[in-house]
Amino acid sequence: MRFSSDCPIFASVGEQFRLIVNGASSEIEASADTPLLYALRNDLALKGTRFGCGNGQCGACIVLIDGHPTPACDTPLWSVVGKSITTVEGLATGGRLHPLQNAFLAEQAAQCGYCTSGILISAAALLAKNPRPTESEVRAALDRNLCRCGSHNRMVRAVLRAASDRAP
Amino acid sequence: MNAVAESRLKRPGSLEKNPRLSQWVRLHRDGTVSIYSGKVEIGQGILTALAQIAAEELGLALGRIRMVAADTSMSPDEGVTSGSLSIQDSGAALRRACAQARALLLERAASRLGAALGALRVEDGSVHAAGRSTSFWECADDALFDCDVDEAVAMRLPRDHRIVGKAAQRSDLPDKIAGRPRFIQDMALPRMLYGRVVRPSHGFAGLVSLDESKVKSMQGLTAVVREGGFVGVLAEREDTAVFALQALRRAASWSNGDSLPQDIHAWLREHAVEHRVISEKEDAAAQSRAARTLEAVYSKPYISHASIGPSCAIAQFEGDKLTVWSHSQGIFNLRRDLAIVLGMHEEAIVVRHVEGAGCYGHNGADDVALDAALLARAARGRAVQVQWMRDDEFAWAPCGPAMAFTLHAALDSQGDIVDWQHELWSNGHSSRPGRSENPALLAAWHLEKPFQRPSAINMPLPAGAADRNAIPIYDFPSQRVVNHYVREMPVRTSALRSLGAYANVFAIESFMDELAQAAEIDPIAFRLRHLKDPRGRAVVDAAARRAEWSRWKPAEGRGHGIGFARYKNLGAYCAAVAEVEVGHEVRVNRLVLAVDVGLIINPDGVINQIEGGAIQSTSWTLKEQVKLGARGIASLGWEDYPILKFSEVPAVEVELIDRPELPAVGAGEAAQGPTGAAIANAVANALGLRVRGLPLTSERIIAAIERQ
Repeated sequence: MRFSSDCPIFASVGEQFRLIVNGASSEIEASADTPLLYALRNDLALKGTRFGCGNGQCGACIVLIDGHPTPACDTPLWSVVGKSITTVEGLATGGRLHPLQNAFLAEQAAQCGYCTSGILISAAALLAKNPRPTESEVRAALDRNLCRCGSHNRMVRAVLRAASDRAP
Repeated sequence: MNAVAESRLKRPGSLEKNPRLSQWVRLHRDGTVSIYSGKVEIGQGILTALAQIAAEELGLALGRIRMVAADTSMSPDEGVTSGSLSIQDSGAALRRACAQARALLLERAASRLGAALGALRVEDGSVHAAGRSTSFWECADDALFDCDVDEAVAMRLPRDHRIVGKAAQRSDLPDKIAGRPRFIQDMALPRMLYGRVVRPSHGFAGLVSLDESKVKSMQGLTAVVREGGFVGVLAEREDTAVFALQALRRAASWSNGDSLPQDIHAWLREHAVEHRVISEKEDAAAQSRAARTLEAVYSKPYISHASIGPSCAIAQFEGDKLTVWSHSQGIFNLRRDLAIVLGMHEEAIVVRHVEGAGCYGHNGADDVALDAALLARAARGRAVQVQWMRDDEFAWAPCGPAMAFTLHAALDSQGDIVDWQHELWSNGHSSRPGRSENPALLAAWHLEKPFQRPSAINMPLPAGAADRNAIPIYDFPSQRVVNHYVREMPVRTSALRSLGAYANVFAIESFMDELAQAAEIDPIAFRLRHLKDPRGRAVVDAAARRAEWSRWKPAEGRGHGIGFARYKNLGAYCAAVAEVEVGHEVRVNRLVLAVDVGLIINPDGVINQIEGGAIQSTSWTLKEQVKLGARGIASLGWEDYPILKFSEVPAVEVELIDRPELPAVGAGEAAQGPTGAAIANAVANALGLRVRGLPLTSERIIAAIERQ
């Protein structure tokens, strides 16, 4: 098996970290090397960000860190202190789903749904930067996200639908 | 539904094993209905389709139906959710159970209202007659459904369907799209501990040594559990469990297992122990017309399930009772094997299904349930959640078997096939739990007193397993099909979506194109002259028409191809046309599929399954092969096992042929074989030469060019 050579086995436990997640600030006690993923899922009970591979290759755990789509599974806690983190739970505002989420429902753009959160986040980052992407721009933006069930085309249609719904 | 066709079956679907009406349906005072099915949601949308069937026959709004997750303590035992059989098994049972439930409710309502049945006005469970009214919910009680389901009960006619046959939104997607906890990976029970299991990436004979001092001082590490070669950790925090796992992997030394053959296809041909002729017919007169013969060798590598979410389970002991939460496809079979390993009575174990990430066959779900149970024994009554790491899943979940094929055929001077021979070599395609004296659960083979690892087997024809779809659907005067079974398993194999059908159809349909080319006949015309089955002809015609096959303009580096099969020769018909471009690598630009699943329950559900199946098959066909090292699987991460990416996914068009008068069959495995074959044929059409080994990578294409 592969291990990273600098695997943090004896990192001290019990440091305090202040995280800003979906606009709310919380204090977490964990190791500095704890991947953000586990803090989100277990300390903050935000289960929508999911473990897929542990080394940033599948996209199931992508969150926004200061607006940049970033895998949470290999992002240590120490590196995100003071930064603004957005998870899939933070896409909805005031109890209303994000236009992307509505578009995913309208297109029934999922099969198992395990990869969906990370794809919504990647798509949200794309639309923030490029509100009217072409189909190939959407595909390129989602290339860091793997989907195994084969729902790709539905998700691409959903992102394009969300973009056109939001356009004036 | 075709009443004549169905009445030949004695007890339809899962009613054979679960005949009581009360096993399937229960009404509640709040106006909802619980539907109990033993089939489970694995990302395919089955619970939505079953809810549609229930709502249709009960005459209720779809929103009133609550599908109860399968649970060994209260659900009908419907075996395994596999083989595209849920609509046939559970759907057929529920259709009758709900039709009968409605009939009983109406009878009781009529007697309550003192009215004749014919005088009742019924709407969404409310019943009115002569100015009085009652409801299904008032009429229902436990005694009413305490009877056998009458299999001859009158069911709603297809022309009266209001819900079946219409697209329905998947009931599970709102949670999944909002990011709400829904998967077993998301479950968190009070005071739950997190576990991980330490395994080497290769097969091993045993644990030689383990230096536990590396983790002894880790804060929050609850236990290191050792039972023979089974090693696990328990921790208060998940990150601690992962850190401990990483440390112990480096602190453990394992004895090597057997080495792996490097040319697996040659090895399979040398190690077959059973040689079964599964189809044989001879027509000497036809054979004597043979003008020329062709022979070709095809192969398929090991393929990984490669679900995005690694397998996960939760287990908890309360006294001597064990509860396991699992995304297993067969909760009753899992319970049986857990009982064997743990030395418990099955009655002391409850297995509850909770959804996991997409499941395409026998993956690590059952294995990780035993892992969790073994660790829970050391958890003093606390619940334990175990999720496999990515490399656990690649290294230890069963693979879809490698397969080798030799096909041989003779053409007469008119271009008709007068003789056909198909031989295949493969391990068995199922080593699921619940079928052998030896438990089919990974950790059982590494315990202090290890259980023997069962070999993968093949289910019998007509559905078959390695030989699924090996018997051609075409009408040949002479044919012989042989399944060479290999018992010894260098790599653990089991069921992966469509089992042998994917590669058998790839081989048959590739060879049909080679023969068509030899006969100088258009591949579609060539198929149709050998195909009598009208439903088969209809999907081939529909795909060709939709793809504008006859208007294709040849161009440098571009090709189109067709693939066709009826899944298992008993289920859904599917024809696929692929359009490809071959440069440095193969790119599939467009797939057009025509499908006949009989009665369509949820059209969008069928389209979603066909699209998904076609895209997954494109990934298998272009990219996927499990790499073997000397000691074990060498594909341990996505970099060693690439799958199709968004920018590589073709446009997919699906055309459904509705047959409301025919029984409904599953759609989940119909597209894999035809899609793979269509792509292979399109690549051959583009290149003017044939690549007969999967996957169709640039290395293989270059090798084929060099051989030419």
